[in-house]
Amino acid sequence: MARAVTTQRKAINTAIAWAIGLLIFFPILWTILTSFKTEAQAIADPPLFLNFDWTLENYAIVQDRSDYMRFLWNSVILAGGSTLLGIVIAVPAAWSMAFVPSKRTKDILLWMLSTKMLPAVGVLYPIYLLFIQLGLLDSRFGLVIVLMLINLPIIVWMLYTYFREIPGEILEAARMDGATLREEILYVLTPMAIPGIASTVLLNFILAWNEAFWTLNLTAVDAAPLTAFIASYSSPEGLFFAKLSAASTMAIAPILILGWFSQKQLVRGLTFGAVK
Amino acid sequence: MGRIQLKDVTKSFGDVQVIPPLNLTIEDGEFTVFVGPSGCGKSTLLRLIAGLEDITSGHIEIDGTDATDVPPAKRGLAMVFQSYALYPHMSVRKNIAFPLRMARMDKAEIDRRVEGAAQVLNLTDYLDRRPGQLSGGQRQRVAIGRAIVREPAAFLFDEPLSNLDAALRVGMRLEISELHKRLDTTMIYVTHDQVEAMTMADKIVVLRAGHIEQVGSPLELYRAPRNLFVAGFIGSPKMNLIEGPEAARHGAHTIGVRPEHISVVPEGGVWTGRVGVAEHLGSDTFFHIHDTGLADTITVRADGEVALSHGDQIHLSPRDDVIHRFDAQGLRIA
Amino acid sequence: MATRHSRSAARLMMAPAVVLLLGWMLVPLIMTLYFSFRNYFPLRPDRVPGWAGFSNYERFITSSSFWPSVQTTLVIVGGVLVITVLLGILLAMLLDQPMWGQGVVRILVIAPFFVMPTVSALVWKNMFMDPTNGLLAHLWRVFGAEPVAWLSQVPTGSIVMIVSWQWLPFATLILLTAIQSLDGEQLEAAEMDGAPPLKRFWFIILPHLARAITIVILIQTIFLLSIFAEIFVTTGGAFGTRTLTYLIFQRVLESQNVGLGSAGGVYAIILANIVALFLMRIVGKNLDA
Repeated sequence: MARAVTTQRKAINTAIAWAIGLLIFFPILWTILTSFKTEAQAIADPPLFLNFDWTLENYAIVQDRSDYMRFLWNSVILAGGSTLLGIVIAVPAAWSMAFVPSKRTKDILLWMLSTKMLPAVGVLYPIYLLFIQLGLLDSRFGLVIVLMLINLPIIVWMLYTYFREIPGEILEAARMDGATLREEILYVLTPMAIPGIASTVLLNFILAWNEAFWTLNLTAVDAAPLTAFIASYSSPEGLFFAKLSAASTMAIAPILILGWFSQKQLVRGLTFGAVK
Repeated sequence: MGRIQLKDVTKSFGDVQVIPPLNLTIEDGEFTVFVGPSGCGKSTLLRLIAGLEDITSGHIEIDGTDATDVPPAKRGLAMVFQSYALYPHMSVRKNIAFPLRMARMDKAEIDRRVEGAAQVLNLTDYLDRRPGQLSGGQRQRVAIGRAIVREPAAFLFDEPLSNLDAALRVGMRLEISELHKRLDTTMIYVTHDQVEAMTMADKIVVLRAGHIEQVGSPLELYRAPRNLFVAGFIGSPKMNLIEGPEAARHGAHTIGVRPEHISVVPEGGVWTGRVGVAEHLGSDTFFHIHDTGLADTITVRADGEVALSHGDQIHLSPRDDVIHRFDAQGLRIA
Repeated sequence: MATRHSRSAARLMMAPAVVLLLGWMLVPLIMTLYFSFRNYFPLRPDRVPGWAGFSNYERFITSSSFWPSVQTTLVIVGGVLVITVLLGILLAMLLDQPMWGQGVVRILVIAPFFVMPTVSALVWKNMFMDPTNGLLAHLWRVFGAEPVAWLSQVPTGSIVMIVSWQWLPFATLILLTAIQSLDGEQLEAAEMDGAPPLKRFWFIILPHLARAITIVILIQTIFLLSIFAEIFVTTGGAFGTRTLTYLIFQRVLESQNVGLGSAGGVYAIILANIVALFLMRIVGKNLDA
């Protein structure tokens, strides 16, 4: 609507929106601020906002206490590994569905989506048992597989909706130009779909990073990612707000940054293309 | 070399047969145009030749060897698509080089051929641009360049000019014709535009509903359309088709007279009518004439200087020697 | 675009994804079904394993914790849905208005969604809801009120609040996307026809959002039915915050009664499938478009 909006109204909108935005963001902001306080300052009453002595000691303590880097590394391996593996399996499947559709394509897509809706707790014990039998409990490999499987439907769907926007004629041209199927996917489709593939990777990396059912139930020490790292702070021990904040900040910072880049894809990915 | 033979080729999508058994031979070096209204199966036919669709039954032979089950990449054909289908993420140079790269040709030879094609197509200055930075005509030339570097047995064009504006289309038409003269390679060209067909083709194949209605040189089709469909399709403006007593007078169910074969005479004449719309093109004038008692509208092509306008009485005299006669089945009476 | 060759290639390339998901779905599902008909206590050698018939199903439903857990589940899911959808609509409408720094506000609003559930639960539990040192306690004291022990006095409400904070961004973002796809001319036409703002909202904006709202509700329901970490790190299922999911988790892993837990799992699967069916309809329709 190309109509002039009075500056006054715009100012009011801005004020309200910023107030609400900051309110919603406040818990995160507060956590980040607290992570730089001493424990005493963290519980000061009245609360201290910016007028405290900034310190990095909490980060050092947290790293010493629970070896943050190891958890971080596990998170990176689990989220990255499951996402990449998922992409490798999903690209060919999405190619098939987008460019050689058959009567069953739609059914297969919906069925894949339906596996996503299986409540994890319903199959917790069988998976647990299988993991014990196969010696996968608390192994990165096992968890990579599980996280890949729970996100595979979303990966296939997202890639499918992106691939569908690429004109089939270009792939046919590649075929006429003598490209084999592998070359067609590698040299033509994939480079053209890079933006879509990137968004898919990003969103699924985030979902895998934050997954907190399987990562809590199937890991103990070796494969435990940041979700478990944080859960270990769930029983209070003296003054620990500042340390908790530091740990939390370290756990969410990487993903918060990635998340802001992927907000548009979030809508598309999580609604399976039903809202664009 | 590029002699293409279709033997009893059919194509069905599910239960719908879009191409009934069809036989056609395209000679080496020939410029063949498939023309027909949209939905006539001309693009499907081209895609069957390309190998992008399977034929349901029959055989396709390229240079005497059966290519029916040969995948598109191995048929030695090159195709130019309606949307150009350039690879948007590659530079013009890489686009043109792509088929050569796929053929594992060595780098020096690729460069030599790409430079050569670019020179022929006036693309030398644009080799490092992306397709998105080119005009429609330039993109079209890149698509053609990508086709010619492979030195294919035949070129397939799928309505390549339909995305260009009218002025550019005339220019590209000439360029493609010249390219054909220079390369002397078989070309199969699909279009719905009969002007393109007439101006470019050595041989026109008129299709309707998957059927070949007539095959012949442009002038053969113009002079002796085999039936009413071809008569109506070839020629612009369309041939006037007249039924009733006037046709019976010529011993036919329907007679056809092309607008350019009717003269406007000051008086007398065989037919009279009233001018409806007069389209003045400068060089010519097209009169759309009503109240002739022959058909709803008779179209006449007259000299540009004829000064008649809406509502005027007009006297017409057809050239008897070029009246086309058709029987009740719509077939030409020899 | 379809030749026999490409069709068979397509089948081949789809196979890994299909086979993996089929295995991922069927193997545990069949095992769960099997266990649900067994008496099975892996850590209790004294209890003899054997067939249980439907007794696990019966016991799961008739146990004193079943109905309260269903109730808790419904309260949490329903509460979060109401809060996120209502606030989401308001927030989306607000964000659609012209303003300065819209992009930044959007980023602020969307941020909670990317916070991992364990973190948000812990941060809320300790730094905000702690009855002595929590920020809310400080705030209460400023107004001279007695601080609330949130997680023991209003545990379910607190969890609803935490989860709503996490999911409000999702609802807002989807509804905002939907609002932005509304044809501005429609609203202008309604304005020309003399419809006041409230009527315009009711008769044009809300119907336009209907589909997006349905999708928000369905997708959130699926995720909310299985929320776990938020309860795990806040109350551990105490104070009446045991949802169906959590109850099953306790049966299986804490008391190692696998048969009973599996029967519960089958109930949960059935429940989720009912919701899923509706979601599939909507998504499926969209595929044809």
